[in-house]
Amino acid sequence: MKIKDYVGIGIVMAAVAVAPKLVGNEYYLGVLIFAALNCLTCTGLCLLMGYAGQISIGHGAFIAVGAYTSAVLTTKLGWSPWTAMGCGVILAAGIAVFMGLPTMRLKGHYLAMATLGFASIIHIVAVAAVDVTGGPSGITGIPRLQLFGFVLNSDTRNFYFYWGIVVAGLLLAVNLIHSRVGRGLQAIHGSEDAAASLGVNIAVDKIKVLVLSAVYASISGSLYAHYVLFIDPGPFDVMHSVLLVTMVAVGGLHNIWGAFSGALLLSLLPEGLSFLSEYLQTFDIRYRTDYDTLIYGGILLLIMLFLPEGLFEGLSRLLKTVFSLRRKWGGGLARHAE
Amino acid sequence: MPNSILRLENLRKKFGGVVAVDDLNLVFNKGEVTALIGPNGAGKTTVFNLITGFVKPTAGTILFKDIRLNHKKPHAIAALGIGRTFQNVQVFSNMTVLENVMVGRHLRSRNGMLMSAFLPPMLRREENRIRASAQERLVLLGLDRYAHLPAGSLPLGNQRMLEIARALALEPTLLFLDEPASGLNARETMAMGELIHKIKSMNITVILVEHDMELVMDISDRVAVINFGRLIAQGTPKEVQLNPDVINAYLGT
Amino acid sequence: MTSSSFSDILQFFFMGLQRGCIYALAAMGFNMIYNATGIINFAQGEFVVLGGLMMVTLTMAVKLPIPLAFLSTTVFVTLVGIAMERFTINPVKHPTVLRLIIITIAVSIIIKGLAMCFWGKNSHFMRHFSSTETLDFYGATILPQTLWIIGILLLIVAGYIYFFNYTMTGKCMRACAINRDAARLAGINDRKMVMLSFALSAGIGAIAGIIITPIIQMDYARGALLGIKGFGAAVLGGLGNSMGAIIAGVFIGILEALAAGYISSHYMDAIALIILMLVLFVRPSGIFGSSEAMRLKEF
Ligand SMILES: Nc1ncnc2c1ncn2[C@@H]1O[C@H](COP(=O)(O)OP(=O)(O)O)[C@@H](O)[C@H]1O
Ligand SMILES: [Mg+2]
Repeated sequence: MKIKDYVGIGIVMAAVAVAPKLVGNEYYLGVLIFAALNCLTCTGLCLLMGYAGQISIGHGAFIAVGAYTSAVLTTKLGWSPWTAMGCGVILAAGIAVFMGLPTMRLKGHYLAMATLGFASIIHIVAVAAVDVTGGPSGITGIPRLQLFGFVLNSDTRNFYFYWGIVVAGLLLAVNLIHSRVGRGLQAIHGSEDAAASLGVNIAVDKIKVLVLSAVYASISGSLYAHYVLFIDPGPFDVMHSVLLVTMVAVGGLHNIWGAFSGALLLSLLPEGLSFLSEYLQTFDIRYRTDYDTLIYGGILLLIMLFLPEGLFEGLSRLLKTVFSLRRKWGGGLARHAE
Repeated sequence: MPNSILRLENLRKKFGGVVAVDDLNLVFNKGEVTALIGPNGAGKTTVFNLITGFVKPTAGTILFKDIRLNHKKPHAIAALGIGRTFQNVQVFSNMTVLENVMVGRHLRSRNGMLMSAFLPPMLRREENRIRASAQERLVLLGLDRYAHLPAGSLPLGNQRMLEIARALALEPTLLFLDEPASGLNARETMAMGELIHKIKSMNITVILVEHDMELVMDISDRVAVINFGRLIAQGTPKEVQLNPDVINAYLGT
Repeated sequence: MTSSSFSDILQFFFMGLQRGCIYALAAMGFNMIYNATGIINFAQGEFVVLGGLMMVTLTMAVKLPIPLAFLSTTVFVTLVGIAMERFTINPVKHPTVLRLIIITIAVSIIIKGLAMCFWGKNSHFMRHFSSTETLDFYGATILPQTLWIIGILLLIVAGYIYFFNYTMTGKCMRACAINRDAARLAGINDRKMVMLSFALSAGIGAIAGIIITPIIQMDYARGALLGIKGFGAAVLGGLGNSMGAIIAGVFIGILEALAAGYISSHYMDAIALIILMLVLFVRPSGIFGSSEAMRLKEF
């Protein structure tokens, strides 16, 4: 189990190393950078959903907190992007504690509604507090990130840096899962009562993991701001939060790799769809991006109905069955004797 | 006179209009196996839930040694060395059998989130220790064969055993077992009886709820009978068996 | 207090009342499904939107008379609710609360997506039930539509009380809400009750959408906000307690209108959300719920 996870990280690292050579095209590199941001957020969200069994449909708001903190502090106050990012993290963590305190003490899923409410509030503030956030027209002129004197000004540099952060995020998450704390979280998901009876402080652990996932989202938001160099309230609406939940659920809640692959897959899906729409046009069928919402909803519903463990585990179980069938036919029956 | 480990004083619990536990006074002795028996709905599980902090008492006092448990949270009560199992088994079915027991060692280390995430090599020794002691509990309960299976895939009997293994990993001084033999076949029930003897010999005070009278009479040092949340008899298994009130509660209307 | 400020307050009170009625109805919808299943239906706001948009089409495009359009829309959305339960809730073999919640989220996205495809992204006008000439009331003005809204809310409340207290089916639903296992033992088909709860809550949602659309103009994207305000009312009133929800819904609506009038209309929408947060903080069992019952809740 544990080994597998570290091997997985190795594979991701190898893929990251060769990807720019394979992709070549700047546009697709950009797509992969956005995918990195989603992967980072979803890794954190998966810790919350899959391991603590709590759902947040307002994680886009934590991204917004990171992005706006970075944008405001760097453009209006001229702070260094790294300090600003740190402030975003602290702010997001503080908000997470504030929201977790009431909702996590309660049994059940009040967090879902609280986060949805919070996301709506953040959106309202982003639009209405024009002095700070620039309102609907947003904030421009966000500086690029610099790393040891290197300005991250090419897509290749950004690609390596952003995916490096994703790998670090995965590594931390995997470390955590295979520790006392991670086991406590999984236990909470399995049975809150039993976990409590073994000394797991449910409320505190849940708040901690909410904070952690908020920190992931906030960093992802800051990185977003420093990549696109311009932000407005648009991308931080409730729909984006729902999309994040979809990514995690489609890949598989209970496994960090599920969430990771779900995020990767759904980040690339729009590309696939636009590719498909060109193909469909040759048959005179017009595809509109308006259908995207419908498609995401449809995918989420189908997965939750028919493959609730998600694509990742669902497919790996399918493969396992196929393999064990082959082994059976290959005369390996003795191994199955009781 | 053996010394007491747990006292319930005028303990009372109301759920809306239902009085589940009614002015209960009970003393449990250290090192003994005490059975709490009574018809369904008598309030036995509620007594367990009250003591282990899952339900807050309406009135009365719960004293463990000299500590008042009344307003403590379940995890804080576990930290005092009080373990329990559940009437409807609650293994962590999403984890392996071994991991289930490893959760039982939760309170035996203090490492937090940052340490676990950033410096796992520093924790390797301790992880190994946790794994080894979890493995020990599995051997003790004869579950080591299943260590790496998902806990949800075990048959009920083994799941009940696993719950006990997990609770034992807490190194409790006081252990509550809620109907440990319910749903088990005759052979499994016998094994459960032996296990409870073994737990007693480890110097753990056991309080259990059980409907299998043969098992109760075999393993208990004392028996307390409750009905409608009230104590109606207590004593040695023999005394209780002959008590007319008890016979009435079980057979009468 | 001058008479003009009194009439101002009265005016805000009326404005709040019409919106509050909608939150109250949405909250009732939440409660019905919550009581039957223990889950929160994230598609509740979508029922309201669907009711409004369907009504727009039937009255403005098809030009049905209002009573007929009202009836057909309600039936249509009720059927949508039933379909939702039959095809997405009922087939789930091992329901966990988390899974069911995500399913309702998925359904809400799908309904929203479909609504966007059919009705586009614009807001839609609808004519008022009767005249748009305002009536004078102690210096404040009131639209006849507001009277319709209040009247229909009262009718629904009356129907609700009658249904749950005087009909067999209603009593069975209540029994299921109190203790599912016991109700099942008593021979009540609890699965059927779940379906009924979706039907009723979709129907109530539709009515809310129908009656408010002439005033707020409906568009496909309103579901989430309407839903969460309804949820705020449901929590404030004590989750599962429909009478509490009605009072709380109206209260939130009035507070919102006062905030819009005296603070800033930009932040009007935030009021209900902030109330929701405050309630979760201070008294999650709501003003009419007991904290003991709260501990037993699954959601
Ligand atoms: N959480 C609860 N909420 C409401 N009533 C409860 C709760 N737990 C137990 N009860 C009621 O308390 C009484 C005692 O139940 P319980 O302690 O489970 O009995 P036993 O374990 O002896 O069978 C029963 O009437 C039961 O319905
Ligand atoms: Mg019991």
